[in-house]
Formats: sequence, C-alpha cells, structure tokens
Amino acid sequence: MTAIGAAPPSNPPPITFRWTSAIPYVVLLAFTLPILVLYGWLLYGSFFPRMEGLTPIGAFTVENWRFLWAPETVDALKFKPPIIPLTINTLIFSLSTSLVVLLISSMAGYALSRIRFPGRRMFLAGVLLLHSFPSVTLLIATFLVLRQLRLYDQLIGVILVKTAFELPFGVWIMKGFFDTVSWDLEMAALVDGAGRLRTWWSVVMPLVKPGLLALGLLSFVSGWNEFLLPFVFMPSGNQQTLSVLIRGLIGEGRFVDYGLVTAVGLYYVAPILILFFFAQDRLMKIYAGGVKG
Amino acid sequence: MARTEALPLTRGAQAATWWRSNATALLFMSPAAILVIVFFFVPVLLTIGMGFTDIATATGLAGWQWIGTVNYEQIFRGAFTGLIARNTLVYVVLTLSFNVVVGLTVALLSVHMADKAGGVFRALWLLPRISPSVVYVLMWTWAVSPPPFGIINQLVAPLGVAPRFWMNTDPWPVVIFVNGFVGASLGMLVFASAIESIPEDLFRAARVDGANAWQIVRRITLPLIRWPILFVLVYQTMSLLASYEYILLTTNGGPGLYRTEVWSLWAFHTALQSYFGNLEIGLGAAMAAILVLAGLIVSALLLRLFRFNDLVAEPRVEIT
Repeated sequence: MTAIGAAPPSNPPPITFRWTSAIPYVVLLAFTLPILVLYGWLLYGSFFPRMEGLTPIGAFTVENWRFLWAPETVDALKFKPPIIPLTINTLIFSLSTSLVVLLISSMAGYALSRIRFPGRRMFLAGVLLLHSFPSVTLLIATFLVLRQLRLYDQLIGVILVKTAFELPFGVWIMKGFFDTVSWDLEMAALVDGAGRLRTWWSVVMPLVKPGLLALGLLSFVSGWNEFLLPFVFMPSGNQQTLSVLIRGLIGEGRFVDYGLVTAVGLYYVAPILILFFFAQDRLMKIYAGGVKG
Repeated sequence: MARTEALPLTRGAQAATWWRSNATALLFMSPAAILVIVFFFVPVLLTIGMGFTDIATATGLAGWQWIGTVNYEQIFRGAFTGLIARNTLVYVVLTLSFNVVVGLTVALLSVHMADKAGGVFRALWLLPRISPSVVYVLMWTWAVSPPPFGIINQLVAPLGVAPRFWMNTDPWPVVIFVNGFVGASLGMLVFASAIESIPEDLFRAARVDGANAWQIVRRITLPLIRWPILFVLVYQTMSLLASYEYILLTTNGGPGLYRTEVWSLWAFHTALQSYFGNLEIGLGAAMAAILVLAGLIVSALLLRLFRFNDLVAEPRVEIT
C-alpha cells in the first residue's frame, strides 16, 4: 500500500481505494455539522427544561409543549393571540396562496405555451425578467398599493401580494410543463368541438399533475414560511401567522424561554420537515431547475 | 384543425378566427396580467415616482409634494451613507464568497459519493432554505447566545476564548453565517446538477492519465461549469443586495447605530419600520429605487446571458 495522502500517479484507476473514498464523507460531514447541531438542538431543546450549550439540564419533559393543552399557564403567551387560531390562519394563508398560484399560473402558462397572441413575447420576457427580479424591493410601494385598494391589514391583501410574488416563477414552471405535453390529445379534443377552456381543464391539466403537485408544494411551503409580508402588511395582529408570533417570542425579551420557543418553533416547522421528507426529490428538482433563491 | 392554415378562408372567417383566438388568450392571461400589473408594474413606477416626493406618514400620506431630487441629495450627503454602503459591500462580498465556495464544495463532494449518501447531504443542506426564517434564526440566536446557553461559547471555551454575546460583540460573522448557510444551497443544487451532466468518460480518461482529484476538479470540472458559476454569482449578488429578512431577524441592523445596516434594510427602516415614528416613505422609496433599477438591469443582463431566445420561441403548432 502507498502512503496516505495522494493517489499514486502510476497506478491504474483507483476503483477499490477504500480510504480515499471515505474522505468526501468525512469532509462533508464536518461541513454539515453546524446544520445537524442546530436542528438536533431544536428537537432536543423542546423536550428538556433547559439546555446549556449541548447539555440538557434536568430530566426529559413535555412541559415545554403545554402551550398545546394548557396555553393559559404559559407566561410568555399571556398577551399573545392563541396558537391554534394562528395555526389555522397560517394554513389558510399558505393553502390559498398555493391554490391561487396554481390556478393563475396554469392558466397563463397554458396560454403562453399553446396560443399565439399579440404581446405573448413581451409577457414571456416580462415573466422571465421578474423571475430573477428581487420583488422584496417593491415592499414600500406595495404598502401604498394595498392601502389604496383598502386591503392593508387584511389577510386577503397579504395573500394577493404573496401570490403575485410567486407568480413569475409559477407561470414559468407551468409553461415548461405544458411545453412537454404532446399536442395529440388536445387536438383531438378541439377537433371534437370542446372549447379551449374545457380542453385545458379536462384534457391537459390532468397530464401536468406532477407539475401542479411540485409547484403546489413549493408555494405551500413558501407561504407557510412567510414572515416579512404578514409582519409588514398585517400589523394589528388579529389575523397574525405563526412566524410573526415566534418573532415576537424571540424578539422582545432579554430573557428568552428557549424551552418554549423551541417547542413552538418545532411545532411550526414540523409540517414542512414532514413534507420535505416525503417530497424531497421533487422539491430539490424544482429548486435546481427553476432556480429559486 | 391543424390543417386550417392550408384551407382558403374568406377574410371574414379569418378575422373571426383571430378574434376568437385572442379572446381565449385574454381569458387565460388576464388574472396573471392583472396581478403582475398591480403588484409589479405599478409598484416599480410608484417606487421611482415616490422617490421624488416627500410623502410620509407624518402628513397622513396625503399632503405630499414633488420635491425633485431632494431625497437623493439627502441620501448621498447623509452622515451614515458611507457606512451603510460599506456594510452592504462587506455583506454581499463575504456572503457571496461563502455561498459559492461552500456550495461548490458540497456539490463536488456529494456527487463523488454513493448516490443515496449524496442525496442525504444535499437534503440536509436544503433544510435552512426550506425552514421558516424565524425558526432558522431562532436556532442561530440560541447558538450564539450569552453563557451559559450558547453552544459557540461552549465550543470555543477550550481554546481560551472568553465567553461573550456574539450577536453584539461580533455581529458580522453571525450575519454572514446565518445568510451563508441559507444561500449555499442554491449553488449546491445548481452546481451538482451541472457536474452530474458532465460525461463520465472525461473523468475516467483523466484518471487513466494519472490526474489526481485536485487536478480533475481544477482542469475538468471547474472549466465545464463556469456558466453555472457565473449564473449563481450574478443571481445571488442581486438577491443579496435586495434581501434583508435574515438581518432584520438577527441584528436588525445593530448593535448600536447601523453597525450591520445594509442598503435594503435601511430603505425598509426609513419607509416602513422607523424608530422615529414618522415613516418617510418618499425617502425610503428613493433608496429602494436604486435597488429596483439595479434589479431590473441585472435581471435583463441575466436574460441576455442565459438562454433567452430559446425560451421565448413561438408555439410550433397553432390551432384555433
């Protein structure tokens, strides 16, 4: 055997080099350690009275989770909106965002993929441009637009803004999916006298289900996670979402009850982690292909 | 029906077809078009327009006036402008370097291991991006928190580093790591799929010729993925310039006055979250307008550089 350090230049292709093939694993594990530690702590910290660094103090407990069954006994939540309605708000927000994004993107994506009309090229260029444009820079003007439409401080207003911000990505992805669907079925339906609208809905839409699922998942996750829009555009708080509550829990005290916030944080992130676990291939593909970030 | 084009049509029939086709297109396009107009087109114009006004909440958003370039003069003569511009540069350059170097490293390592293991690592690196920003920041807040809670203090104690409240004493590394661990995954995904599309033969041939791992990376992989790298560089420069969510959640521009304030956060603070009560929307819009213009230019540049003409090709077959 040669010395550890470098592959011998004269040797044939190192197919069975055991220790070198371990190097990527070790290095990558070291790189990934911070992520593992952070998420491990979130899980761990929510089940112990408190953590000092990586060391849990006290015995295993579900006390931190009592915000679920006895929220009135949690001091930090005394002056906050109750968690269950907040969860429902968050769910309404993310579900409606994702459904509206799906509907509107697949309509526009279909037209852009299939119909020749004046302005098509311009609209496509616009969508592509907005796709990489950082929409967060428009927040100040959006504030005035929402006020003008009397939608400021209302859930529906925030849903519309979020939908609009997700739209360039959605339209682009859906156009891509429609582009891959063959024309034959559709043409048959059109020849048989079905209108465009019916053909789109009952013939073509079922064929792009994987695309709808991927985009739906992605916009649901993005809506569930959203912090800035509800934080800025719904200040009065009766329709708050979980992200704004957690921000309030970390943000205001010199003393943070980490037991409580880890439990609430884990409660909030759990649906996303579960979705991600089951759909990671799909999500990763759409992140890489569509470039969202 | 696809053969329609070949049939001789009367002028009236042609016109009717044209109208029908366009009416259908309008029907399909209008919801998206309306949202794009209301939430992109109008806000872009508004941002630029408001930058030349003194609109503010102190005057109830109503009694505003055109004030020409006063806002811009105020920005460029401001006492903190230099500091904030420097902060922005530091933030973008360091975070971008972290993103690209780490993204590339993770991509390279993960494609050179068993498929399954590589996938697990990539999924782990995607976690920060798919987690809610508040929860992700919560984990970092804990990690850097003052003794006895923070893990960083516990880890560096054996090295003789005195325990401290990192968010206050060293806010910049915290900000860059928090953003970097989120941003690296974009490069990771883009680079990994680019590397996987390189023909395996190239690597095999190089190995037969006796190239070592570093030489293969340096001479084969990197040159072949230079376009994806350029793409990630340009794209992330822009999104870093515009983004402030993670800074808002960690240091909120502090500690003290503007220590980690970046340009986009400055605009946000001025127009929407002022400590001073009065929201100077006009001034904030002027600050944001600079970013909006930069965003439009960079996006247009990205379109030119990458794939635009293939992407907007007309539909090949047309049926009416």
